[in-house]
Amino acid sequence: MNIVLNGEPQQFDDSISVEALVHFMELTGKRIAVEINLEIIPASQHTTHMLKESDQVEVVAAIGGG
Amino acid sequence: MSSTAPEKNQDILRIAGVDFQSRLLVGTGKYKDLEETDLATVASGAEIVTVAIRRSNIGQNPDEPNLLEVLPPEKYTILPNTAGCYTADEAVRTCRLARELLGGAKLVKLEVLGDKKTLYPDITDTLIAAQILVDDGFDVMVYTSDDPLIAKRLEEIGCVAVMPLAAPIGSGLGIQNAYNIRTIVENANVPILVDAGVGTASDASIAMELGCDGVLMNTAIAAAKNPILMAGAMKKAVEAGREAYLAGRMPKKQYASASSPIDGMFF
Repeated sequence: MNIVLNGEPQQFDDSISVEALVHFMELTGKRIAVEINLEIIPASQHTTHMLKESDQVEVVAAIGGG
Repeated sequence: MSSTAPEKNQDILRIAGVDFQSRLLVGTGKYKDLEETDLATVASGAEIVTVAIRRSNIGQNPDEPNLLEVLPPEKYTILPNTAGCYTADEAVRTCRLARELLGGAKLVKLEVLGDKKTLYPDITDTLIAAQILVDDGFDVMVYTSDDPLIAKRLEEIGCVAVMPLAAPIGSGLGIQNAYNIRTIVENANVPILVDAGVGTASDASIAMELGCDGVLMNTAIAAAKNPILMAGAMKKAVEAGREAYLAGRMPKKQYASASSPIDGMFF
């Protein structure tokens, strides 16, 4: 399965959940937000929502800014 | 001698129904590291801190704590911004991600930029985004130009605070149009905060003396030679300007007026 993750192509052997993707990114437990194809996936759906081929995924966090 | 100074805890800044003691809001960008961010933020006394929303692989090392571990939402009111957004759609998308990231927090700083050189706000898209966000239940603090009519429009849309620039973002030029800022303050029924353009402590005092409800700054602290010392200076400057505004300054006169009495002179 091929997706675009934060602007970069990324390949997985099988379809994975948002939760597994967040774990793969070593962001489990961090304050992040996930958007797939411009739709926010609420934290409550991370375990059940499965990624699909060609998904455009954005995982964002808060950083310093004015 | 009786003191008529207002009790500190009686002079409250209320934004979207929440009371704050500090009238200085600070950004968290441009610091050399998170330790300096933390120390400067503490020294500023700020209760509201702005953050940017970016891809999780930007500006983060997995081994280091992230910003919200250093400045936890339990301790600070986190004000996510839409910096870097040049359209209403980008700004609305950023705010919705911020709300998800912060567990449903509704407070956002809306800024829609129109030009990379000046970072002046794109007012038409700012108005569009403000309406969408207010309709979607956000509490919108909005960065805008120093145009009094636009400031009023943003208030009428339902923004919880209107934040005119003093000068271009990061320029440190100070308040360039005190008359407009004063007019905006006089017309307003929501808090007015100067956002952007402050360079040093006296600029912050001037903003407060004009009657602004607060000042939001980042670069003036972060780009000082000693940011932590400057953060403390800004805290005092905002407090001094606020107290001077509440006290009511003396009228200006063209000629001198002796402070010592004429009566009782012995020569």
